[in-house]
Amino acid sequence: MKQLVILSGKGGTGKTIVTAAFAHLAAQGQLTGKLILADADVDAANLELVLKPHLLEQQDFRGGKVAQIDQDSCSSCGDCEAVCRFDAINHVDDLYVIDPIACDGCAACVYQCPDESISMHEQVAGKFYFSESAHDYGPLYHANLFPGKDNSGKLVTLIRQRARRQALDENYELIIVDGPPGIGCPVISAVTGANLALIVAEPTVAGVHDMQRVLQTVRHFGVGAVVCINKADIYPAGADDIEAFCQESGIETVGRIPFDLTVSRAMVAGEAVTAFHPQAASSIAIAKIWEKTLPLLLESK
Amino acid sequence: MRIVVASGKGGTGKTTIATSLALTAGESVCFVDCDVEAPNAALFLNPSLDKRKEVGILLPVVDEALCTYCGICSEVCEFHAITVIGEKTLVFPELCHGCGSCTLVCPEKAISERLDVMGVLERGVTATGMDFAQGVMHVGEPMAVPIIRELKKWTLPKPPAIEIRDAPPGASCPVVEVIRGADFVLLVTEPTPFGLHDLKQVVGIIRELKIPAGVVINREGIGDKAVETYCAEADLPVLLRIPMERRFAEAIASGKTLVEAAPEYRSVFRTLLEDITAEVAA
Repeated sequence: MKQLVILSGKGGTGKTIVTAAFAHLAAQGQLTGKLILADADVDAANLELVLKPHLLEQQDFRGGKVAQIDQDSCSSCGDCEAVCRFDAINHVDDLYVIDPIACDGCAACVYQCPDESISMHEQVAGKFYFSESAHDYGPLYHANLFPGKDNSGKLVTLIRQRARRQALDENYELIIVDGPPGIGCPVISAVTGANLALIVAEPTVAGVHDMQRVLQTVRHFGVGAVVCINKADIYPAGADDIEAFCQESGIETVGRIPFDLTVSRAMVAGEAVTAFHPQAASSIAIAKIWEKTLPLLLESK
Repeated sequence: MRIVVASGKGGTGKTTIATSLALTAGESVCFVDCDVEAPNAALFLNPSLDKRKEVGILLPVVDEALCTYCGICSEVCEFHAITVIGEKTLVFPELCHGCGSCTLVCPEKAISERLDVMGVLERGVTATGMDFAQGVMHVGEPMAVPIIRELKKWTLPKPPAIEIRDAPPGASCPVVEVIRGADFVLLVTEPTPFGLHDLKQVVGIIRELKIPAGVVINREGIGDKAVETYCAEADLPVLLRIPMERRFAEAIASGKTLVEAAPEYRSVFRTLLEDITAEVAA
């Protein structure tokens, strides 16, 4: 069983578009019924908008705890405010109140309060879902981290653990993980233990910069990477820079996807672009990238 | 006035909007790139960065000579970042949030703290004289929030009339940290199902924080009308619509700002700032 993670560094380069197209292409070929999908972009989960999943299971995701002050026993000494390093305790009208959004859940205030007025309360930070995608693309593990909540890395880990368990128990051959942007905790949770990362790069000055940072991150965690270039013809010089950089770094470039408004139309239609219009320039390019990436993934360690 | 440019979905044009807004906002402007995982604004504004500060969190350091292995530090740690095994107290830096709880409760005063560097803050001035600051998270570090928190505190000696913060994508804790304390949030989206879904996530944050907001619809024409409908229903003013034009995409790809590529947008951004100022005053 192999795990492919789709990453980008910069947001909006086309990770989910590529993931959804791969799901469609895999279902057409030898991997029919052998693929599990996981959406690791838990605070902006968009894969479900294309895969139209049928929900099978959901559960609350319990994130970190949040402190609460009992105003009846609080003597307003201010010790809690002094120890809080997260600026989460506000002094309003002679009362000390916790800002639950800023609270990190560390409980430092609980142990410093001389009145024992502060307690910690668990909160539901999101929902975890297990679904069956439409068109028999395969099982989908996804989630919704509620706006502003933390512990996104923990939720990504939960999704990946559940996907992996099913893959091993039921002899699935492949997991494709649609990753989040950036290089922080959810990215680290998405990449750890994957066999290969496909970086969807954009030939823009910002895209090249962020691609280099995500490539460093992937290498830091010991995972091999290949790169594809989306919207490649928007700035051909940038696309050439990416290929040159990858060649110098010993990273294979697996293809270029042209700028194509069919991609947006497929998104509006709620379909993978390769299913929506197989002959579109973007669909043909993504299909070639899939054919190149799959053997590399199957050979990867 | 502090304006945050946020989006939910990545790649909708936050940095494009934020940089052009800053370039047309007058004399006393400070641009703060808070997307510490993927900071890109400097690529467009080209500041000369002459001040630098390493930032991170404070990690516990246990003095073995004083430690009695009582285990109270481990009991109070919510993150399982410190533990006592036999006659050894172990710290796990990757789990530590730097809250200081263990240091405070240690009855032997055996715990001191050291700075664990997670990134750098940089500051300088652009060619047009605009103050500029950014945070850059080191590769391999998981937590952006401590860097953003320090960046917000790294204030200029003389506060600017307008501070523009460029936020990271998404709607989790780093975005909240950037938005906290802002006077206005400008939400940049695109008229697609992805843009709409992720816009709603950020609206969830600004409603909880009770901060006024307005929307910029970028690449108008590529998708559908669902974002417009949602904004009308949710009482979110659409302050600006920018059509999908290939020449904009090409110019931005090469490192130009929108107002450099399309000077006719200078007046559009000045109007946008006037509209934001009016919304904040209301």
